[in-house]
Amino acid sequence: MEHIRLPKVESVRLLDRVSPRRSRVGTLYLTATHTIFVENEAGVRSETWVLHSLVCSMEKQAASASGCPLIIHCKNFQVLHFVIPRERECHDVHLSLQRLSQPETYEELYCFSFNPNVDDEERRQEWDFLDLKADYRRMGLPNSLWKLSTVNQHYKVSDTYPADLFVPESATPPVIVGSSKFRSRGRFPTLSYYSKENHAAICRSSQPLSGFSARCLEDEQMLEAILRSNPRSDFMYVVDTRPKWVLAAGSAGKGYENEDNYSNIKFQFIGIENIHVMRNSQQKMLEVCELRSPSMSDFLEGLESSGWLKHIKAVLDAGIFIAKAVAEEGVSVLVHCSDGWDRTAQVCSVASVLLDPYYRTLRGLMVLIEKDWVSFGHKFSHRCNHQVGDPKEVSPIIDQFLECVWQLMEQYPCAFEFNERFLITIHSHIYSCQYGNFIGNNQRERIELGLRERSHSLWSYLWTNQADYMNPLYRPDHSQAQGLLRPSTAPYCFKFWRGLYNRFDRGMHPRQSVEDYLSAIQEETQQLEEQLASHKQVGQNLSCLSFSETKTTTTFDKSPTAWALGTDLGLANTPQDYTGGFITSSPCQPKVPDSSLILQDLNQTPETNLSNGSDQESGIADLSCRSPLSEDSTRDPDSDEAAYSAA
Amino acid sequence: MEFAELIKTPRVDGVVLHRPFMPTVEGTLCLTGHHLILSSRQDNTEELWLLHSNIDSIEKRFVGSLGSIIVKCKDLRVIQLDIPGMEECLNIASSIEALSTLDSVSLMYPFFYRPMFEVIEDGWNSFLPKDAFKDLESMTDEWRLSEVNKDFSVCPSYPPLVAVPKDVDDDTLRKAATFRHSGRFPVLSYYHKKNGMVMMRAGQPLTGTNGRRCKEDEKLINATLRPGKRGYIIDTRTINVAQQAKARGGGFESEANYPQWRRIHKAIERSNVLQESLIKLVEACNDQSHSMDRWLSKLEASSWQTHVKEILTTACLAAQCIDREGASVLVHGTEGTDSTLQVTSLAQIILDPACRTIRGFQGLVEREWLQAGHPFRQRCAQSAYSNSKPRQEAPVFLLFLDCVWQILRQFPCSFEFSESFLVLLFEHAYASQFGTFLGNRTAERAKLSLPEKTVSLWSWVNRPQELERLSNPLFEANSLVIWPSVAPQSLLLWEGVFLRWNRSSRCLDEAYEEMVHIIEYNKELQNKVNSLRRQLAQLETEDPLLQTP
Repeated sequence: MEHIRLPKVESVRLLDRVSPRRSRVGTLYLTATHTIFVENEAGVRSETWVLHSLVCSMEKQAASASGCPLIIHCKNFQVLHFVIPRERECHDVHLSLQRLSQPETYEELYCFSFNPNVDDEERRQEWDFLDLKADYRRMGLPNSLWKLSTVNQHYKVSDTYPADLFVPESATPPVIVGSSKFRSRGRFPTLSYYSKENHAAICRSSQPLSGFSARCLEDEQMLEAILRSNPRSDFMYVVDTRPKWVLAAGSAGKGYENEDNYSNIKFQFIGIENIHVMRNSQQKMLEVCELRSPSMSDFLEGLESSGWLKHIKAVLDAGIFIAKAVAEEGVSVLVHCSDGWDRTAQVCSVASVLLDPYYRTLRGLMVLIEKDWVSFGHKFSHRCNHQVGDPKEVSPIIDQFLECVWQLMEQYPCAFEFNERFLITIHSHIYSCQYGNFIGNNQRERIELGLRERSHSLWSYLWTNQADYMNPLYRPDHSQAQGLLRPSTAPYCFKFWRGLYNRFDRGMHPRQSVEDYLSAIQEETQQLEEQLASHKQVGQNLSCLSFSETKTTTTFDKSPTAWALGTDLGLANTPQDYTGGFITSSPCQPKVPDSSLILQDLNQTPETNLSNGSDQESGIADLSCRSPLSEDSTRDPDSDEAAYSAA
Repeated sequence: MEFAELIKTPRVDGVVLHRPFMPTVEGTLCLTGHHLILSSRQDNTEELWLLHSNIDSIEKRFVGSLGSIIVKCKDLRVIQLDIPGMEECLNIASSIEALSTLDSVSLMYPFFYRPMFEVIEDGWNSFLPKDAFKDLESMTDEWRLSEVNKDFSVCPSYPPLVAVPKDVDDDTLRKAATFRHSGRFPVLSYYHKKNGMVMMRAGQPLTGTNGRRCKEDEKLINATLRPGKRGYIIDTRTINVAQQAKARGGGFESEANYPQWRRIHKAIERSNVLQESLIKLVEACNDQSHSMDRWLSKLEASSWQTHVKEILTTACLAAQCIDREGASVLVHGTEGTDSTLQVTSLAQIILDPACRTIRGFQGLVEREWLQAGHPFRQRCAQSAYSNSKPRQEAPVFLLFLDCVWQILRQFPCSFEFSESFLVLLFEHAYASQFGTFLGNRTAERAKLSLPEKTVSLWSWVNRPQELERLSNPLFEANSLVIWPSVAPQSLLLWEGVFLRWNRSSRCLDEAYEEMVHIIEYNKELQNKVNSLRRQLAQLETEDPLLQTP
């Protein structure tokens, strides 16, 4: 609380990003966790909530007659453009937010104050919802080739690795420890994915410290052990995901495996750029996304020069190489980059999605992120800038993984159980710090922080709300949901992900969602199936009764004569309770949730936000062909902007 | 002329056909007057039937005595035929070249085509101006149908009947026509029922450098304004281009002479630029060896998406003036046969739900493109692969279809037709067995006796099985105005046309089938539930009668 210099500012304007002439006036509140903008307009109580932890950067611009502009960029790509009446107030808000959005200690993070009102037992269940050992069991591990190693039990061998690791059966503790000493941060080769079908495995590690042509017998034995744990294969791939020139430059002491020292390996460079290149690339792309009414050329040129899609393609290409090696050649692969927690995580997880349909399910993707990212020590707190730290450590590595999945969903609409909203929600919460899952940089840190006891898990929240995240086109038995995906990586197959990067520019998105439409239809179908079953039941009961001629004088009496008489329905004086009861118990009105949904949607869109989208974009505002009269009629309270809620 | 003279080798055996994403087929190649046919002579293998008029260009390659002909089609497909024997290959190639570049309209396939289906409704009579006018009459009495152009003498590119303001007589029209490019005097394009505002279209006014004016023209367009109201003139050219047009006798409406109108200039490109844009875009899409940078830079350099954005934006502007500003609009560019029609037709898609039905869309194409005198024959003579220097070719209609597709993508439930209808129209505009898109104008079509001698595309489309194939399973009638987004992020490359032959569409097709299945299963259940419910209701209403002794 001591960081809030000014809890409330009146008469603040929130400008519409795309058409700044359209603004809303309201009151800005700063709370311990959120910035809240409440619109003043009579009758509408529209609120915009922004979590402090989602604030990425702020820009205070020079004051003008109308006030002092403060632009807030969020990590979920929302951009808020406030105009605060007095410079002094703007200054205070700016300073307060700067402090609030950059916690100095873990203790300040939102996950420790977020309290969804569940007791300790439920909290335990939340965290037990995902069990990585179960995923290894699903892969068929441990077996005669791979065993669970206790060598890293107290994070003594590698403090950034998880405690539970799978290693080749023949890898003894001395070999593991020896190998770990030869690898950056002790991240020795260990299993990430195992194919039950052909015994090929994806292993991961950090780079070998082979800089001055050093070699390490244990490390060579370790790779030999990995090779031998795939009995049908006489060689393995070692994939270095860095561009070759990086290694040619030769950073001191670090390097890659020399094919002469390791028997039967095939070495492969796959050039994915480093975290700094990726950070700058995304920054450039976001600048393009935020351009106000850009031309097509501005957009395409900007997209190209950002290099973003090129990097996405590189990650996907690497994933495809590995997935094909495993599935088609039956060859095991060891993947590493430098530390083995960025590019390696991307490539291993993309390959897993391509290889195993399980990871294309709702639960499977959660497991995959938990395994390849969270447990293997992707440095979420550094990369996502959860608290004040080195800006050079920040990089959208996980964004790129989520985008690769999205690109695959675009090519394989029936292959994934989840929808785009699922990816976007995960993205948002990786940055929001609302849940404990992504706090800290590795497992050891998370245990020290006591996150399981003191915060909540996103995964069980997502699972509880799974209805929102289902892809209506998915069927487990669909051909796309089987086996290996072989996507095309021709450049034109990569699209700009508007749904994420322009997520809050609602005017840019399709005004009718096929997916929502189909989901509504499916929901209705389910109701119909139930009705059908109950009608059949009732029908059976009725006909049973009528034919059994139970002449008890109940309301259910259906003697044969009733059938003859019944043809004249004109004055059918049906008992109210019976019919009424029947109708209410199983709704007889033909329900059309789907169509009403669409129409409702439309009623809002064209009349309200749509106009605001189209007139600025079509440049009409600039043509000043708008009469003052219509200004009011087209103006709309854009209620959805307030839809971001903490929940 | 006999086609046989052009066919040097009518038949070659052992020809191998390569098509993208399909297994190769070996078979016999036959050339007929209008088709290139490849038959494998095996059951259940596909045959190739390619209209010569669909062939844009061919290339020959030789490796030893094996020749290959690469056939590039107007629908953007590229296929390869491996032909054993150099002489055969050369003969086939020169025959194809001759047959695919026949100049005479009357030799075109539609004149020879005999329908294998029963014509339920003759498409040539489906969308007559006088029927369209009946609809108008039911809404307003301020317009009349003028026969001033009945012998095509006032405006050769207009139909014989045009809708004009009731208070304007034919003499005024004749005089106004002399003041407009190619005699294209302002006529009614669309009447907005909601507020009685109208959209008109015309050719540019012939003001020339000395600012000629025409009272009749002013009277004609002012007659469409309500008292005290202003209208908008949307000139599809930039002010510079419009200024330059004065030197060639054209021009634009000056404020002084048209004080009740506000003029807005937009920047829709003209034919040569568009044709070049198409060629570049298709080249970019066909180059598989691209890096990401090269692809994006070529896509940008083609400017295709820029044109889409500009056209769509202008159409939105016109629609906005009518619906939001409550003003009437006059649209023109230079001739009034290209960008003008893109704008007026797209504005109607946005404003008028009827245009989003299958039949309504046919009507729109008929009214705003065919009868409005878009020179299809000239514009669609060649497509993206043509080696010859473009003359009048331009993908004006394809751009319109692309824009419709963009709106369809943004409002996937508001159109009765699906993407395949748009693709079909693209194909038939360039090469067809039907006579609909032959000729440049109504006058020419009448002279060629197309309605008598050829079959209309609409006759084929408006049969139950075709309608079903082209219909959109997601359609829910939507009576509202639909405002598309024209942000670059919202405009996509039309994969269904430009990447159609470059990537496998299997997964997307499967998704479509899945969608259809979900919807059909739902309908089936609804029917079952309803019929059961009726049965039950019957049961219930019957027995209570017994209960009242």
